[in-house]
Amino acid sequence: MTTEPISTQPQRKVRNFALLSNRAGAAFMLPAGLLVSVFVIVPFFWVIFVSFTNRTLIGKTALNPDFVGLGNYLALFDPATFFQRGQFGFSLILTTQFVLMSALVGQALLGLLLAWLIQTVPPWIKRITETFVIAAWILPEVVIGFAWFAFLDRDAGTLNMLLTGLGLPPGDFLLQQPFWVIVVFNTWRGAAFSMMLFNSAFSSIPPSYFQAADVAGASSWQKFRDIGLPLIRGHIVTDLILITMWTFNTFTPFLLTNGGPSYRTELVSIYNYRVAFQDFQFGKGAAVGVIMMLINLAFALIYLRLGRKKAPKS
Amino acid sequence: MNLTIPAFFGRIAFSALAALIGAVFALPLLWFLFAPFNAQAQMGLAVPDPWTLSNFVTVFGNSYAVQALWNSFIQATGGVILVGAAATLAAYALSRSSVPGKGAVTYVLLLFSSVVSGSAAMVPIFLIISAAGIMDTHVAVILTFAGGLLPTAMFILRDFIDSIPKSYEESAMVAGASPVQAFFDVALPVIRPGIVVVVVWSFVNIWGSFLIPFVLLRSSDNMPASVAIYSFYSEAGTPIVTLLAAYSLIYSLPVVALYLFVSWKFGFRFFGGIKA
Repeated sequence: MTTEPISTQPQRKVRNFALLSNRAGAAFMLPAGLLVSVFVIVPFFWVIFVSFTNRTLIGKTALNPDFVGLGNYLALFDPATFFQRGQFGFSLILTTQFVLMSALVGQALLGLLLAWLIQTVPPWIKRITETFVIAAWILPEVVIGFAWFAFLDRDAGTLNMLLTGLGLPPGDFLLQQPFWVIVVFNTWRGAAFSMMLFNSAFSSIPPSYFQAADVAGASSWQKFRDIGLPLIRGHIVTDLILITMWTFNTFTPFLLTNGGPSYRTELVSIYNYRVAFQDFQFGKGAAVGVIMMLINLAFALIYLRLGRKKAPKS
Repeated sequence: MNLTIPAFFGRIAFSALAALIGAVFALPLLWFLFAPFNAQAQMGLAVPDPWTLSNFVTVFGNSYAVQALWNSFIQATGGVILVGAAATLAAYALSRSSVPGKGAVTYVLLLFSSVVSGSAAMVPIFLIISAAGIMDTHVAVILTFAGGLLPTAMFILRDFIDSIPKSYEESAMVAGASPVQAFFDVALPVIRPGIVVVVVWSFVNIWGSFLIPFVLLRSSDNMPASVAIYSFYSEAGTPIVTLLAAYSLIYSLPVVALYLFVSWKFGFRFFGGIKA
C-alpha cells in the first residue's frame, strides 16, 4: 500500500516531461512547416492579392499588373451576364446541383444502401461487389475518364450495346445529357468512400442490438431505421461534409467532358481553369479561387466544430 | 420460426440487389479487361480474338510512353520521400515535444489543408512556381505535392505516434541515449508501419493526379503518364485505342498493387484515417 504512491509519482512526472526539447521539436517541425507554408498558406494569401489585380498569363500585365480593386469580383457577379452559360453564376449553380445530386443524393445514399446490404449478404457477393465499387474509387482519374469515354461511345460503347440488347433506344449521352453523365459518373466514382465509412460505422454497433431486434421479429428496414440509422448519425454528418467538399473541388469531370458541350458541365473548378489558363486572365481566375476557398472554409469550419464537439480534449 | 421463409427470400433479394449494384459498377471497367489484349480493340466491348500482348509491346517500344511512366515514378517517389521524411519528423515533434502553440498549429494546418485545394489554388501555385523559376521541372511537381499532402500525412502519423507508449524512448534515454538518438533508434522502427501507410497514400495520390502536372509542366520530356496519355491520339484527334488501353492498364498496376498490399497488411482502417 505504501509503495504505490511512491512508484506512481515519479512516473507521472516522467510522463509530463517532454521527450523532445522545444528547440529539437521546432527543428523537427521546420521542413514540414516550410513546405506547408510555401505551398498551402502562401497560396491562400497570394490568391487574395492577385484577385485584386488584372494580372494575365501573357502580355504586358503579366509582369506589371495593375490594381483593379473589386473589378474582378464585380465582373464575376455582373447581374447582366451572371446566369448566362459559360459565366460564373451558371457555373456556381451547376456545381451546386452537381454536389446535391452526385454527392449528397448519389454517393451518400448509394453508399448507405451498399453498406447496409453487405452486412447481410454472403461473403463472396460482398467481396465481389466491394471489389468493383472500390476499384472505381482507387483507379487513376485519367484511366477512369477514358473508361467512361469508351463506355459511353455513341456507336460501339458498352452502354449503348446493352441498351440496344434490352430493346431500348441508344443515345449519345455525352452530347444529349452531359450534366446527368457527370452526376452518374461522380456517384459511381465516389460511392466507395461512403460505403466504407458507413460499413465501419455499422460494424461498430454491438451485434446484440440487432439480435434483440431479430428476436422481436423486426424487418431489415425496421432495424435500419430504428437501430442502424440513429446510431451512425455522427458518421453520416462527417460523410456528408467530406464528400461535399471533395465533390465541390473535383476536377475529374474535365477528363470526361472538357467542361462542354457549350459549358454545360463547366463546374467552378473547370471554370477556374478555363478563365486562368485558357483565357489567361489570372486576376479573374484568382477571384474565382478566393470564392471557392471561402466556400471550402465554411464547410471546413463546420466540420472542425463538429469534430471538436466529439473529442473535447483535443 | 414461420419468419424463416420471408427472411430467406429477403436474404435472396438482398444478395441479388448487392450483386446487381456490383455488376453496374463493373460495367464501365469491363472494357479494360479485354481491350488491352486485343490488337484490333475499338471503343466497343469485344472479346479479343486472339488474346495477344502486342499492344503492350507497342507501348514499351514507344520511348515517349516509357519516359512518361518514368517521369510519374520520379515525381511520385520524390514527393513520397519528402512527405514521408518531413511528416514523420513533424508528427513526432507534435506528439512528443511541448513546443508552445502546437495545438493552434494543428488546428490552422487542418483548416488550411482542407481550404486550399488544387482546383481552388491553381493560380497562386502556378505563380509561386513561376516566381521560384522552377516552372516545367520535376521539382515543381514534387514540392507542390509535398506541401499539399503534408498536413493530412502529419495528422495520420501524429495519431499513430500518440498511440505508442512513451516508455520506449524513455527507457532508451534512461540508458543514456540523447532525444535524437531515441527518435532514430527506438521510435522510428516502431512507427514504421504508420510511415508505410503515409508513403503508400502519398504515392497513389501523386501517381494518379492530373491537374497539378497539367498546369505546371510544359515540355513533353517532363510529363507524367497521367498527362502524356492524352498524346495517344492520331493526327485526326481520334484516340489510338489499342495503345491507350494497354497503357492505362500498365499505369493502373502500381496503384492496384499498393492498394492490395495495404489492405492485406492493414485492412480498411487506413482509409478511415482520412477523416482524422
